[in-house]
Amino acid sequence: MKEIIDNLSKKYDHRPTYLLQILRAIQVEFHFVPQGAIEQLAGLLHIPRTQIIAVVEFYSFLHLTPRGRYDILVSDSITDHMLGKNALMQYFSDRLTVNVGDVRHDALVSLDNTSCTGLCDQGPAALVNGYALTRLDKAKIDVIKGLVDQQKSLTEWPAELFHVDDNIHKPGLLLNLQTGLGTALKSVFDRGIPETLAEIDKSGLRGRGGAGFKTATKWKFCSEEIETERYVVCNADEGEPGTFKDRVLLNSYAHLVFEGMTLCAAIIGASQGFLYLRGEYLFLYDKLQKILLERRQAGLLGNNILGKNFSFDIEIHLGAGAYICGEESALIESLEGKPGIPRNRPPYPVTQGYLGKPTVVNNVETFLAAAAIALNGGDWFAKVGTEKSKGTKILSISGDCAKPGIYEYPFGTSIQDILTDCVATDVLGVQVGGPSGTFISNNEFGRKLAFEDLATGGSFIVFNNTRNILDIVKNFTHFFAHESCGFCTPCRVGTSLLQKQLDKITDGHGSAGDVVELEELCQIIKKQSHCGLGQTAANPVLTTLERYPELYQSQLKKISYEPGFDLDAALGTARRMANRNDKAAHLAQIGEDHE
Amino acid sequence: MAAKVRIATTSLAGCFGCHMSFLDLDERLVKLAEVVEFDRSPITDIEHASNCDIGLIEGGVCNSENVHVLREFRKNCKTLVAVGACAINGGLPALRNFIPLEECLAESYLDGIGVENPQIPSDIELPLLLDKVRPIHEVVKIDYFLPGCPPSADVFWKFLTDLLEGREPSLPYELVHYD
Amino acid sequence: MSKTLTIDGKAIPFEEGQTIMEAATAAGVYIPHLCHHPEYTPHGSCKLCNVNVNGRVCSACTFPAAEGQNVINNSKELNDDRQKITQMLFVEGNHLCPGCEKSGNCQLQAVAYHLNMLDNHFPHFYAKRVVDASHPEVLIDHNRCIFCTLCVRASQQTDGKDVFAISGRGINKRLIANAPSGLLKDTDLAATDAAAHICPTGAILIKRTGYQVPIGERIYDHHDIDEVSLKVEKV
Repeated sequence: MKEIIDNLSKKYDHRPTYLLQILRAIQVEFHFVPQGAIEQLAGLLHIPRTQIIAVVEFYSFLHLTPRGRYDILVSDSITDHMLGKNALMQYFSDRLTVNVGDVRHDALVSLDNTSCTGLCDQGPAALVNGYALTRLDKAKIDVIKGLVDQQKSLTEWPAELFHVDDNIHKPGLLLNLQTGLGTALKSVFDRGIPETLAEIDKSGLRGRGGAGFKTATKWKFCSEEIETERYVVCNADEGEPGTFKDRVLLNSYAHLVFEGMTLCAAIIGASQGFLYLRGEYLFLYDKLQKILLERRQAGLLGNNILGKNFSFDIEIHLGAGAYICGEESALIESLEGKPGIPRNRPPYPVTQGYLGKPTVVNNVETFLAAAAIALNGGDWFAKVGTEKSKGTKILSISGDCAKPGIYEYPFGTSIQDILTDCVATDVLGVQVGGPSGTFISNNEFGRKLAFEDLATGGSFIVFNNTRNILDIVKNFTHFFAHESCGFCTPCRVGTSLLQKQLDKITDGHGSAGDVVELEELCQIIKKQSHCGLGQTAANPVLTTLERYPELYQSQLKKISYEPGFDLDAALGTARRMANRNDKAAHLAQIGEDHE
Repeated sequence: MAAKVRIATTSLAGCFGCHMSFLDLDERLVKLAEVVEFDRSPITDIEHASNCDIGLIEGGVCNSENVHVLREFRKNCKTLVAVGACAINGGLPALRNFIPLEECLAESYLDGIGVENPQIPSDIELPLLLDKVRPIHEVVKIDYFLPGCPPSADVFWKFLTDLLEGREPSLPYELVHYD
Repeated sequence: MSKTLTIDGKAIPFEEGQTIMEAATAAGVYIPHLCHHPEYTPHGSCKLCNVNVNGRVCSACTFPAAEGQNVINNSKELNDDRQKITQMLFVEGNHLCPGCEKSGNCQLQAVAYHLNMLDNHFPHFYAKRVVDASHPEVLIDHNRCIFCTLCVRASQQTDGKDVFAISGRGINKRLIANAPSGLLKDTDLAATDAAAHICPTGAILIKRTGYQVPIGERIYDHHDIDEVSLKVEKV
């Protein structure tokens, strides 16, 4: 072990910013992060062991105790549930003879849940040792069981298990673009750097991650900083359940994304860039490294790019299972090898980002759009869309529709048009923007895709009339409680309380005041939380409560109060130990004449 | 003369310390007795509560009997008050919440030091323990809370006089304490 | 000329670079807080100091003061939310005041008193947390930790050590000690360290010093934390 850790540390030049990358490698090697490794690494990187433990305990894919040699994580997104995830999980558990959450006694296999893996258009999905498995069914699970039993290396597993489709059903302005290698970058130098920034400004491009900050303004702020060491970061930590467009962009449009990052670097004056790739997209890693190599060989990365006295390169950092790292300052912390805890703002990343230096963080799609704009000019982009939302938006569509996949629409397109295109019928509602976005009902399909109406990072989940809204809300609410980083009180404690309170109501223990209590809790979490996660964690409840108040009320018993826990079950242990089952050994959940 | 205000009191998983503190009202008890009368309470030995205006509950909920008594109070008292730390958050009895009930019972009745004739008591008359000690507001709806371990006599006095004189009860800084 | 902002309608002077909390404290305005301490880098995690700045909720301990800011601090709405946030802390950990030697001198308790918190409102988590009594002079009772990181910061910024850190995610957060065994006795913590004395609750205590001050004479027995805090923190 000592030699392996030594070599890993050396490979990364003993730099603590690579801690997460090193720990990922250790997890792969040993199926956990052994204490000996922590001690050794603390010495090699000159950091306290507590920092290493904190990182291991923060990220879902790292462990202090051993996982199985085949660690299988089944995607727990609502879309996986709609495709029969629960039954498949049970089948997995039965066939592999391991309980969910456990490691099998022979240490060969472990099984657990994981948050949305970004394969909602081809689920149910899972990860085996980090690699994506798609379109799972019982037959495939039988095959996997066989492979595990025979202890076949993943390289020997049939490629079909890992096959991931792009599913681009409706390309538009960006996805139809045919460009030669480096042409966008050349046009930047031909036109001039300030002129290109002016074109991006003219295009009206706003950040595609969801917040919608004007891209040119962000780049301009960064370029005007006194500090000249600056960084470009591409946020490919696409964790919002139901979003998978970045997966497709990086699979099939990576050159243009990297080109967007490179021209950003030219504009803001950066020489180093990072692609922060979510751990769930490990299967893209080698391919992306190859593309970076091609770009270096073509003189589009590295020193003296296009002979313009401009040097820039891009590194890929992998995440390790933490939704919060999609928040830009948490992402920067993670890039620095720390737990992904959002920073206090101000200062904003454009002034103090990676290592305290000015940093532009943009979404994959934003860099793609910027490259396209550099090539075709601001007007080309601005003439599409609405007054306040220029250009197009790439959507990840999943759920109850015949054609889940990738769709690109001009801003201003109505929800109804989108539902028609993806062949969705008998629709109950749509979750626009993922759990942190808005649930809209079938009375609202005239609404438009736009920052001024329905803003979205790209998640678009369709639900038909057979679905139960409260099941959906419950899945989302549990997701946020699981992903809360725990930094601030309202989110750390509040999201867990919200989960309890919602479960109380949906489990049938709710009474008169419980919906009011639920809403009050939502408001505190929304108002008082530190970052976007907490501020949106109550949206699933709030947006459905607004639209379907009667649905929540109908869950309540017509009594003034009921305990939130199962009273009779609470007597279970005593009953068993006293060997009793008489009437007095039981409790009714509500008092007999409680009305 | 107007009818007296009826008050019932009980101690669930508590130590009767809150009741002792109530008795610390001393000579003010006489004044109180002019306007209130006691229903079910350790003070009266009345076994069951009938229609009351105010119910004062000391202690948390640790067993099935506590649940029944608490429900009887809720049913019969217009205003139900959680009195003291144990009623409010489980208090010191809740320390057992961190040990599985199975271990608690085994230690006490089966394999603890000095246990003779080891057996878990099993009699229909004995209340069964809940797996956790709970604050009373997790079992029934509670109208007011009087913190303290115990709440001082002044707390009882301020609260009851507010209530009796038709004011919304409130405790000034000096009277709010959790120990 | 010094700049001014207003807090609850009162003009407060400030100097460039000050946070709203620093300006408020200097001017004798108390903003409730637990994770903030004037000697250490602001953290902004407890969220008790959330104030409304020109219509937006900001943490006073981290947010820079700026000319003309209209800050709302002592409103019923904010204090109601602060009380709920305090109640969240009380149900998350196991805060059994009658059995805690910090009672009466505890800032968590004092803030709760200040906000007239009479109950814990939410269902209790009753999380199983441990006590680390391994160190000869200092004790950690994890039941009372609120993850304010003051001990982490004091150890780094005053003691020049790195004894504590916060690990875990979400509701599973935990305070860890920097030793291979994870035990306090194997760290380089000394009882004289600032980190051993900074805890606002009873999570880190010096052994054999409890209950020395009789009830009635403890810090918050007769003095609201708004008064005590300003006396201690106002420079």
